[in-house]
Amino acid sequence: MTATADKPAAEAVETVTLTIDGTEVTVPKGTLIIRAAEQIGIEIPRFCDHPALKPAGACRQCLVDVASPGPDGNLRAFPKPQASCTMTVTNGMVVNTQHTSEEADRAQKGVMELLLINHPLDCPVCDKGGECPLQNQAMSHGRPESRFVDVKRVFEKPLALSSEILLDRERCVLCQRCTRFSKEIAGDAFIDLQNRGAQQQIGTFDEDVLDFDGYRPVGAAAEDEAGKAFSSYYSGNTVQICPVGALTSAAYRFRSRPFDLVSSPAISEHDSSGSAIRIDHRRGKILRRLADNDPVVNEDWITDKDRFAFAWQNLDDRLARPLVRKDGELVEVSWPEALAAAAAGIRAATAEPEEGDARTAGVLVGGRVTLEDAYAYAKLARTVLGTNDVDSRARAASDEEQAFLGSAVAGTGMGVTFGDLEKAPTVLMVGFEPEDEGGVVFLRLRKSLGRQQVLTVAPFLSRGAEKLAATLVPTAPGQEAAALSGLADDAREALSQPGAVIVLGERVAESAGGFTAAQELAAATGARLAWIPRRAGERGAVEAGALPGLLPGGRAASSKAARAAVAEAWGVDSLPEKPGRDTAGILAAAAAGEIGALVVGGVSASDLAADVPAALDAVDFVVSLEVRRSDIASRADVVLPVAPPSEKSGTFVNWEGRLRSFATAIRTDAMSDHRVLDLLARELGAALGTGTVEAVNSELAALGAAGTGERAAAPKAKAAKPAKPAKGQAALATWHQLVDEGALQAGEPYLAGTGRVAVARLSQATADALGVARTVTVASERGAIELPAVVTDMVDGVIWLPLKSPGSWVARDLGASAGATVSVKGAE
Amino acid sequence: MSESDEVWKVNRERDGKRETFESNFKKKGPIGEAFAPVAGFGVSLRNFFRPTVTEQYPKVKNPTAPRYHGRHQLNRYADGLEKCIGCELCAWACPADAIYVEADSNTPDHQVSPGERYGRVYQINYLRCIFCGLCIEACPTRALTMTNDYELAGPTREGLIYEKQDLLAPMGEDMLAAPHPMVPGTTDGDYYRGDVTQVVDAQIEWVRENRPEEPTLPENRDAKEASRG
Ligand code: SF4
Ligand code: SF4
Ligand code: SF4
Ligand code: FES
Repeated sequence: MTATADKPAAEAVETVTLTIDGTEVTVPKGTLIIRAAEQIGIEIPRFCDHPALKPAGACRQCLVDVASPGPDGNLRAFPKPQASCTMTVTNGMVVNTQHTSEEADRAQKGVMELLLINHPLDCPVCDKGGECPLQNQAMSHGRPESRFVDVKRVFEKPLALSSEILLDRERCVLCQRCTRFSKEIAGDAFIDLQNRGAQQQIGTFDEDVLDFDGYRPVGAAAEDEAGKAFSSYYSGNTVQICPVGALTSAAYRFRSRPFDLVSSPAISEHDSSGSAIRIDHRRGKILRRLADNDPVVNEDWITDKDRFAFAWQNLDDRLARPLVRKDGELVEVSWPEALAAAAAGIRAATAEPEEGDARTAGVLVGGRVTLEDAYAYAKLARTVLGTNDVDSRARAASDEEQAFLGSAVAGTGMGVTFGDLEKAPTVLMVGFEPEDEGGVVFLRLRKSLGRQQVLTVAPFLSRGAEKLAATLVPTAPGQEAAALSGLADDAREALSQPGAVIVLGERVAESAGGFTAAQELAAATGARLAWIPRRAGERGAVEAGALPGLLPGGRAASSKAARAAVAEAWGVDSLPEKPGRDTAGILAAAAAGEIGALVVGGVSASDLAADVPAALDAVDFVVSLEVRRSDIASRADVVLPVAPPSEKSGTFVNWEGRLRSFATAIRTDAMSDHRVLDLLARELGAALGTGTVEAVNSELAALGAAGTGERAAAPKAKAAKPAKPAKGQAALATWHQLVDEGALQAGEPYLAGTGRVAVARLSQATADALGVARTVTVASERGAIELPAVVTDMVDGVIWLPLKSPGSWVARDLGASAGATVSVKGAE
Repeated sequence: MSESDEVWKVNRERDGKRETFESNFKKKGPIGEAFAPVAGFGVSLRNFFRPTVTEQYPKVKNPTAPRYHGRHQLNRYADGLEKCIGCELCAWACPADAIYVEADSNTPDHQVSPGERYGRVYQINYLRCIFCGLCIEACPTRALTMTNDYELAGPTREGLIYEKQDLLAPMGEDMLAAPHPMVPGTTDGDYYRGDVTQVVDAQIEWVRENRPEEPTLPENRDAKEASRG
């Protein structure tokens, strides 16, 4: 389970030879006895040992007999059995496990008996029952009968560490896997051992001790005698590694037994990391999701969003059958009728009028669809609808970003990898919050804590950045370009070390000149660039050409050669030449009445700063492809239901450029977007050829990457002038919290409860200047947001709001994105 | 000689032995040999003079043996709370995969069984059940037992999937139907040890407040009795 996949194979390693249960084994020096035994198939019982955590020797279940050669070369046995999970092997060591040593066996049985003394033995009501290492090992290495007749220690149960994570302290075997994970891996040391002796227990820290000002979970959580709630984005991992049923999740509590469940491997749809997960489902319903081990991507861990946010796809508003608007109402109809209505509507809306120009069609693709889906949307737009107006960026976007993606990202295959990030001596993050926007990227960076210098270009040091011991390059929103070109010499020097990486988040698009400056910096220092967007489908959409200026494989839509090559591959005469517009442009054109028909898939109107309802109302005909009845679907003329990721197969391309293919986990008759679009195109009299994943993939393979001269030129944009906010105004900084009110987190109140309370952040000077005390009202022409104010050490003249947290939907309520000037008022 | 020849050799040796097969029965004498073809009639003849054992089912329904494995029952505690905790051990034990259980959490407003967990969905498919009783042995709370009811036939397949309400034991004389709180001051352990022997006023009060129409409330029982006559 250790991450060895990234290591070069040919490194000469010093080895050690020892004997375990009479079998000789040679392992690298420094290997633990328990790992060496695993290699030759000898199983030693254990609780606290976990390959991804540092050895602790807390549970003593892994005792074995050990003898090693002394200075005189004679074998000398240790006087007592030793913990095999903490002892490293030495040459000539002789280990006897419970299989060959009665002593070791007796020691293990004794430890097991002691562990069970205070264990409640409530397996029938325990969620771990059936997959519990304690159950299994008590069967294989325990006594058949209990000799303990006294009263067991009891605790109140369960203790809610957070709204999601529940702790039954009496079941705990004090292995400290959970606390070690929180400290070593996530850096959220909110839980630790408390008290001593029989009263020893896991509990939460006092929030006054841990200064986690403003980072409070939303939901109610119990306070134990010393502390406060567990507030971590990775807390679900502790449930998975707890070797007993002491830690359980509220979402899965009492839901099922392992033998009920069918497990299917899958890829998480929540972020661009493409984490490997396991979906456990029963009778077509997902009951839980677990982290799968993928050494090169997410190792053993996933975020709580990956783990718990799956209820959205089975909510009451899930679409089962197509809807068509009849007399103003959306009514359920059959597929043939809906497809015919959609085709007729699109045709009528884009038909040549008596006079004037024909109105065009546009395609909006959310960043959540798979590579195959994005390809189908892009191909539909360009071949059937005859337009370049297709964009998958349902967020702030810029032409500069597109030039960057076209010149440096699309069709470049694997670039910087998770392993490269881990090994980078220096990482500079721009427009990227490692914890909130990166998920498991944060865990990889944190793994190198102390070995890596992290710099972040941001208005303040977020908690995630702080946990990475990052150095802040204080930057007002929109000023990233200036910050990059004015980077201090020592930072430049650090970036010149071989292997240094510059991480660009999707928010760099909000800052004019950001990508240009980053590329210049990379060229000057030799650092590599990694673009890490937030959504799972972003990179796939870039590869598939679901951007106005991009054709598949990184070809520029403006290049004649590229258009000709793609047109030939697609078997059409030509591709549209007129430059396409991005999401904001398409919506603006729609509002101005220039667009007759819109095909929209997987977009939440509330993610966009534009006035989406007005734009949709101005369009004659809207076709929406949706899993649920979204805000856009309810304004559409035809709604075509599509499958959520667990009910289809496909590929997410993660930020590394790694193809993360997944098979159908749950078989239903829901169809993928690419198949629905294929049917729609057929109805429009064209063959899209995207009926199956295989068909799309072979088309993509045949197209390959852009040839010379087919690519877009590198971006050349000027840095934005620093905004001068007038009195009573501030520059808006904003980004998504990992756990917020995103569409794919709907229907999961326990998870929502672990999200952070929405607060507005501003510096003391700004607060004083604006007269802000406890509460602050941030307003634009569109509306206002009122939040509690937290004074933070940050750039003056800037106010930060969470992008889509409870009570703070910036795009919808302010109609603004980062860098905009907003008016700020204190309120009582 | 190859390995497989070795195997065949063993088989050949066995076959050789088989030719010397001998019956375990004693050989009959010459008279026995002569009557052997009609000896079977003797069995019939002997039974003419024995008492009849044919049962006149369904006209006459004879009681079964006391421990006959018939339809299952989900039992209740003396105060009416259900014994089943939804642990699924019965489903796990069942060799015929006849049982399906889904558990859920008890809440203060909806306490169905003592403790934290109860069985929300409970189904036994009598098209599959082989009445082995392994489920009964597995049940940690004695929630599941078997009755002597053997009349389990029906015209539809769905009808033979018994739901929780079909399997729950009838309400006893002074039981109060769940959901309602546990007896104040008790834990699930007290229930398991059999220390809860009756409904208490606090529980009756709670049900009165939350479900005044509940037919198992004393006043509603009395009213029913009165109307009956
Ligand atoms: S709660 Fe689980 S993981 Fe944590 S110390 Fe106890 S047994 Fe170990
Ligand atoms: S009696 Fe046997 S077959 Fe029938 S439900 Fe119980 S365990 Fe299953
Ligand atoms: S009947 Fe018994 S074994 Fe079956 S779920 Fe209920 S408590 Fe568990
Ligand atoms: S596994 Fe070795 S002490 Fe716990």
